[in-house]
Amino acid sequence: MVALNPDFVGRTWPASPPYLVAREKIREFAAAVGDLNPFCHDPEFARAAGHPDVVAPPTFVVLVTRPALDAVMFDPDLGLDYSMVVHGEQRFRYTQAIHAGDTLSVVSRLTNVRAKGGNDILTVEADVSNAAGEHVVTATAVIVSRGTAQEG
Amino acid sequence: MPIHVGDVVVGTQLPAQSFTVTRLDLIKYCGASGDFNVIHWNERIAKSVGLPDVISHGMLTMARAVRVVTDWVGDPSAVIEYGVRMTRPVVVPDGEVGSLVEVSGLVAVVNDDGTVRVDLTATFAGETVLAKAQAIVRLG
Repeated sequence: MVALNPDFVGRTWPASPPYLVAREKIREFAAAVGDLNPFCHDPEFARAAGHPDVVAPPTFVVLVTRPALDAVMFDPDLGLDYSMVVHGEQRFRYTQAIHAGDTLSVVSRLTNVRAKGGNDILTVEADVSNAAGEHVVTATAVIVSRGTAQEG
Repeated sequence: MPIHVGDVVVGTQLPAQSFTVTRLDLIKYCGASGDFNVIHWNERIAKSVGLPDVISHGMLTMARAVRVVTDWVGDPSAVIEYGVRMTRPVVVPDGEVGSLVEVSGLVAVVNDDGTVRVDLTATFAGETVLAKAQAIVRLG
């Protein structure tokens, strides 16, 4: 098993192509997690509460950050075995909510790689911004590669 | 009615929820989220990499658990911060019933700026599946 490349810490991956948030995708995502909240489904309801369109549930943004996370995890030079990967931690810090119609872009960086208990543990931070260049949310993922750390 | 910060104190309990996760739920979440990792839908490969069976996406548990907060507060944009540590997998065997996850939440901190910290507890088969599950919520 190849150990993960520690030289990758601090590396930033290029911004992913812009993600256009679709109303139907928000509805699909909400439904897939059993969420019938009218803020996520009914544009008129959301507008009456001051939103421009339906509101994304708090974890919807994984759809937006996934390509950026995949770019890190599937980088062949990193040496990660995807079948051994589990999600260890996740955090979202919002400065504004995501709505249908938003165009979002993501810059991700690998902020930490460490070995613990035979596992390789990676921390990836993804900064999501809107078309105006304003910060929307930072998503921090801790990814655990089970049993792949080299002894030493 | 919106919940106001004056309505809550440290220790206020949010209405608890429980939900089941079936293989179909995992497949729906694969499609909705774009996370098609085989351990969430292929029993043969899940077992070959040392898992007891197909396991749920940690992100599905995370998404489902925060509904205790968003159903309580109404507007999902009130959740300005949310983080969890996935400590144990929710194992999802083939079957009709599904795997039962129970979620409760309470107000742990009331801040001066109109926000509160809600701490969530999620258990499956008697064990905690999310640790340090905390949401910062802006109340009216």
